[in-house]
Amino acid sequence: MLLQMSMQANFEAKWKAERERLAFLALDDGTVFRGVAFGAARDALGEVVFNTGMSGYQEILTDPSYSGQFVVLTTAEVGNYGVNAEDAESRGLFLSGLLIGDLTEPSNWRSERSLDDYLKANNVPGLYGVDTRALTLHIREHGNRKAFLHVERAPLDQADAVRRATAWEGLDGQDYAARVTTAEAYAFAGDAHGEVEKLKGSKVEKLNFDGTFDQSAIQPFDPASSARRPLVAVYDFGVKANILRSLATWARVTVVPAKTPAEEVLAMKPDGVFLSNGPADPAALPYAVENIRKLLGLEPFGSTFQPFNLSTFQLPLMGICLGHQLLALACGARTARLKFGHHGCNHPVKDLATGKVEITSQNHNYAVIEESLPDCLEITHVNLNDGTIEGVRHKTLPAFSVQYHPEACPGPHDGAGLFAKFREMLAK
Amino acid sequence: MKRSDIKGILVIGSGPIVIGQGCEFDYSGCQAVKALRREGYRVVLVNSNPATVMTDPEMADATYIEPLTVDSVAAIIRKERPDALLPTLGGQTALNLAMKLKRSGVLDECGVEMIGVDADAIARAEDRNLFKAAMGELGLDMPRSGSAHSLAEAEAVAAGIGTWPLVIRPGFTLGGTGGGIARDETEFRDIVQRGLDASLNSEVLVEESLVGWKEFEMEVMRDRAGNAVIVCSIENLDPMGVHTGDSITVAPIQTLTDREYQAMRDDSIRVLEKIGIETGGSNVQWAVNPATGRRCIIEMNPRVSRSSALASKATGFPIAKIAALLAVGYTLDELANDITRVTPACFEPALDYVVVKVPRFTFEKFPGSDRTLGTQMKSVGEAMAIGRTFKQAYLKAVRSLEAPLAGHDVASFDPWFRAQLGEIEAFRRFLATKNTKATKNAKSAKNAQGSGSDASPCDACGGNSAIVPELLRQAKVFGFSDREIAAAIGSDEAAVRRMRLALGIRPEFGEVDTCAGEFEAKTPYYYSYYPSATFQPFNLSTFQPDHDALCRRIMVLGGGPNRIGQGIEFDWCCCHAAFALRGRGIEVVMVNSNPETVSTDYDTSDRLYFEPLTFEDVMEIYERERCDGAIVQFGGQTPLNLAARLEEAGVRVLGTSPRDIALAEDRDFFRSLVSELGVRQPPSGIAHAVGDAVEIAAGIGYPVLVRPSFVLGGRGMAICYREERLREYVEEAVRVSEGRPILIDKFLTHATELDVDCVSDGEATAIGAILEHVEEAGCHSGDAAAVTPPVSLSPETIAEVERIAKAFAERLHVCGLMNIQLAVKDGEVWMIEVNPRASRTVPFVSKAVGWSLAGVAARCMAGERLGNVANVEMLPIANSNCQLGAGNTGNIPPSRYCAKEAVFPFAKFPGADITLTPEMKSTGEVMAFGPDAATAYYKSQIAAGSPLPRPGEGGIMLSIRDEDKVAAIPLARRLDDLGYEIWATRGTSTALWKAGIECNALYRVALGSPNALDLMRLGKVKWIVNTRDGGEMAAHDSAKIRPFAVLHGVPVTTTLAAFAEAVKGLEAANGLQAIEPTSLQDIHRRNP
Repeated sequence: MLLQMSMQANFEAKWKAERERLAFLALDDGTVFRGVAFGAARDALGEVVFNTGMSGYQEILTDPSYSGQFVVLTTAEVGNYGVNAEDAESRGLFLSGLLIGDLTEPSNWRSERSLDDYLKANNVPGLYGVDTRALTLHIREHGNRKAFLHVERAPLDQADAVRRATAWEGLDGQDYAARVTTAEAYAFAGDAHGEVEKLKGSKVEKLNFDGTFDQSAIQPFDPASSARRPLVAVYDFGVKANILRSLATWARVTVVPAKTPAEEVLAMKPDGVFLSNGPADPAALPYAVENIRKLLGLEPFGSTFQPFNLSTFQLPLMGICLGHQLLALACGARTARLKFGHHGCNHPVKDLATGKVEITSQNHNYAVIEESLPDCLEITHVNLNDGTIEGVRHKTLPAFSVQYHPEACPGPHDGAGLFAKFREMLAK
Repeated sequence: MKRSDIKGILVIGSGPIVIGQGCEFDYSGCQAVKALRREGYRVVLVNSNPATVMTDPEMADATYIEPLTVDSVAAIIRKERPDALLPTLGGQTALNLAMKLKRSGVLDECGVEMIGVDADAIARAEDRNLFKAAMGELGLDMPRSGSAHSLAEAEAVAAGIGTWPLVIRPGFTLGGTGGGIARDETEFRDIVQRGLDASLNSEVLVEESLVGWKEFEMEVMRDRAGNAVIVCSIENLDPMGVHTGDSITVAPIQTLTDREYQAMRDDSIRVLEKIGIETGGSNVQWAVNPATGRRCIIEMNPRVSRSSALASKATGFPIAKIAALLAVGYTLDELANDITRVTPACFEPALDYVVVKVPRFTFEKFPGSDRTLGTQMKSVGEAMAIGRTFKQAYLKAVRSLEAPLAGHDVASFDPWFRAQLGEIEAFRRFLATKNTKATKNAKSAKNAQGSGSDASPCDACGGNSAIVPELLRQAKVFGFSDREIAAAIGSDEAAVRRMRLALGIRPEFGEVDTCAGEFEAKTPYYYSYYPSATFQPFNLSTFQPDHDALCRRIMVLGGGPNRIGQGIEFDWCCCHAAFALRGRGIEVVMVNSNPETVSTDYDTSDRLYFEPLTFEDVMEIYERERCDGAIVQFGGQTPLNLAARLEEAGVRVLGTSPRDIALAEDRDFFRSLVSELGVRQPPSGIAHAVGDAVEIAAGIGYPVLVRPSFVLGGRGMAICYREERLREYVEEAVRVSEGRPILIDKFLTHATELDVDCVSDGEATAIGAILEHVEEAGCHSGDAAAVTPPVSLSPETIAEVERIAKAFAERLHVCGLMNIQLAVKDGEVWMIEVNPRASRTVPFVSKAVGWSLAGVAARCMAGERLGNVANVEMLPIANSNCQLGAGNTGNIPPSRYCAKEAVFPFAKFPGADITLTPEMKSTGEVMAFGPDAATAYYKSQIAAGSPLPRPGEGGIMLSIRDEDKVAAIPLARRLDDLGYEIWATRGTSTALWKAGIECNALYRVALGSPNALDLMRLGKVKWIVNTRDGGEMAAHDSAKIRPFAVLHGVPVTTTLAAFAEAVKGLEAANGLQAIEPTSLQDIHRRNP
């Protein structure tokens, strides 16, 4: 009875807060969406994007590609299965804030803490009780918008919030990769940041959810055999852990900061180089484009560094998302902003070589312009919803990239075969 | 690419509506047939259920309303010579029949290819051993189990597993018939025996119980290129142990992380690949241990299922249509998403809402039956609701039921759902207790300030039942209806509504658009929601219905969840209203909450609202759409109950006015109208208490028919032969009818009952058909077998029936449909009742006469004259004889008789009495055509799944009450002449021997062997004729024999009239080797 009374009291406090609803999101076009503050009580600036995936909020929160953005989750109920240590996709949370419809308490055997706690602990503000459908339709009509999220207790005039949103510089032309990349190079051992040692070398889909693993899928860490594994250098523009996990099933993985010169990467004598996903505008990363051109052998190295014969230089290269856009830029294509981007788990992508359709995980605002594609690049994948480029391949060099996320997390695993394809390239 | 090597495709429907197989297969069949015809294929359709839209003559190229048996379908195949058979759209019935056709060799003989799924894949999915082996090869976890073909084998399996409880599932059945959970050896033996009996291949699976585990389903589509998508994921609130058809379910899955979800997705797709589902939709069911996450596969259905219908409605992805197109060779990326039209069908719908489905039970129909929910499905219908939160959707779904939820064990739900339901109840309590306080505070604040503030309660509610505006807004966001809020705060619905409107608290409408708003939807459907926080400074809800002044817009109200007495027949009428009105350029707005139906298909109407059929919800839609009128008389009692309030609130109710509909139910008015029109009626009276009732019954004489007023489906009706029974009944009935009076009529014994369906435009009236019941008056007209044209009526009687119908239509100002029930005794016509609305028999009659009564009625209601409509609609199809206002029983081709038989769910309710009474118990019906009434009746018995044995196939057991013996003897003699072995109980056998008919005597069940049960078990008796003695008290033997017969699928005939008709049918069938199947199109085309 006592317990019930305290539950009733908790509910009543929650409902009272909901009736008062002080918090809001102000868009730069003057539209204001109200809601209830949760997570960190910290006002924030960012660009609003919506994600239509129905599961995977923890993966979304920990995806560094959302740096500088407010994420609207269109799915109705959020928080249902809590947060756990295993499902993190990076060392922290980089997004500006989370906007959701209904916030609920967790129920799942792996849940370790609630979404609200998680946001508070990571200093990320959230807003629930938002009419996310109205907000989504607004973005669909008017494009991704700059916004100001007000969740602090001190009152703020809505017009003032709109002005702050308008005054913000936005994401175009901004290098957000530099903000989220690793400070130092490191060898990936299992999980990205060692939080979950037991994930080491295992295939995600073989994970049994009672915490054990299918032993047959684990390749035991053996220094001798590991020496014979190929080395992949991963440019971290905001890399997701499952890319590293996927590569680590067959490769030694070394992660390097976004601005690492090509020469330094080559000095590691990698068997292949991987260009990761990441936030914001590919056009704002000229250093990355230059490094990729060098790795492709399209541009000479620095005068003191000539390790290879350029004419026979064939370093395999794979890119995902921002990495894909950078590869295309390096080959001479151009990128542009989509009206509201692709963010979700249900985008059909057709592999033009096999005719097979994959349901893919996507998260990007910029895309490679088809008309700008140079002769050296060939389109390998297209998006069936809007016909945009989803993958390219260099016609003469061992380099390919995809716009979508074959590493999933969140989303379907349909594209996982691409990592095997990269492995084959390295084996040649 | 589409296959060009096949031209003709046979589609098999699912037959009559039964528990576990409802009208969802009409919906899927319709989609498939439409899609295939649009692709240029010649579609041949066979289904025995006339109340389906799929069997409308406009749907397929050739439509056969014939029994779903190997013999009958083989004859159709030999006649029509289709190139392919599509078996995946007619539920388990079609799948089982396709397997039998395959084994019979007729498919190979006629070169018919099974498309969509092949026989091997069906076997792998349905045979537990093959399935288990296949899943083992995939490395998927399964509950420990084994299959058995006998009790001894089953006991060995149980010993091997070594734990209780154990689940027993029979192989090859539908809806889990005959299965159960055994907690000890006694229960185990019982259930295994029942399961072996119910299984088509005498096989049961015994397995480790996963009771209490979380249960999930995935709806997967796969094409021949290997592309696969998950259309919808579903989580059950009721955990493992409760049949998924009886569970409350929610979409999408709520309590799995992405990692767990994606692993389940991968495995679901691998299961389809492994089983060999080359194209089409399948449903894969999973169980997850809530504590450890251990995940087991439960089963997969290699076909479109009830869950896929729900998944289609929940997501906007037309699974059946796409499955049909994939079966003829398309791949998913070649097909367009119908809702957005710009994106392909190869995608996974994204939901930005929550869908909740709740089951509808009718336990009250089967007193004595076990109400515990288990692995055997017991619900007869379902309601689906959509909201922006689980709470909204759940509350809406529950109010769509029009009945309280029953049987669910909330304590067994996952904590997430328990918390949601807990918050709903906490808020209800809060409204009831805290609101008063808040109101008082607000009032005193108001007084202090001397002027209204934002927090002031609205005085519109008046008195002490006011509510603070912000609290009202919050209650609406929670999902509470005006009525529920009123109940919580002690106000009334009208007051809450007034206040809500005064404050401008109106719902937003969301769309089911398949993509969570990412793309613009061209043909979405809608649901209402109250957003948790509105946004400023401008309002985006810019919905402006592009109201063309020239284009009228009419709302059609559906019937809500199916129940006994209000099912697919009413949905058929609603669909026909939509088709007919759209054909006249009128926009149709459909409102319904039943996900199984054709009416809730996105292309049946112009705008579909998936909403509860309550006054509040309907009004919001009516006003938003600015409709020009609403049709309330087609959806059964549900919309009719709303009619008066809607009209009062400004809705233009089309057709017969609610006042006139109510008048027909007004006893005094009706009795005086009946006598004024010169029609006989049984003496009667109205009682409010036991004393009244006894007095009235004594005055008019027993037996009496008693019923509460204002009910549909004969709920609470009974025939009382003696005073003590009457006393019992009245006490009970007063409670059921919530204080409304009890009607008492003299019951006419040995009378023939008639159903007459007609259409009127307010002046002219057209009679569809006169149906003659096979059973004597006294069993509910929905349960009765019937034939048309009538066989025993004189031309004078028919003329009198027509006169009565027209007179009543005129006096009740009927515009639309009207159904009249009459009784004929000794050539005299007696009035039973008139219902100026759609009746259960309208689809049957429409199929019999070849024109849509509901379609014509809808056009009359929209203002057309019957004469004009008739010229266009009826004549080309009926092809002559249709003389409005003349003897139009001649509409039916004279060489074609039609019979209707009802189908009952008794096998699902062990313990319930199977005797037919005035209380309706059937779930569905079949139709059969024949050159004479007896043949049609005989075929209808085959179609209903209880075929009468042919001579040599099995014996007949007779147990005839004394008063019927004289009439029964000549019938028995005819059976003897046909060569049947006759068994009879003692009294009957004495009478037969005296009349010189040889027969075997039987013991009464209680007295020894051989008795009826032994003979059924041995397969010696294949038909039981058992007319009840005394009428009400089921004798000891009857009580034992009937349930046993039901479980063994042995037909039981309980009236002399049906016995006589059956004997005629057997004689007719005996002379006929094979009855040539004729398509519906030919039947009506050939009409001279």
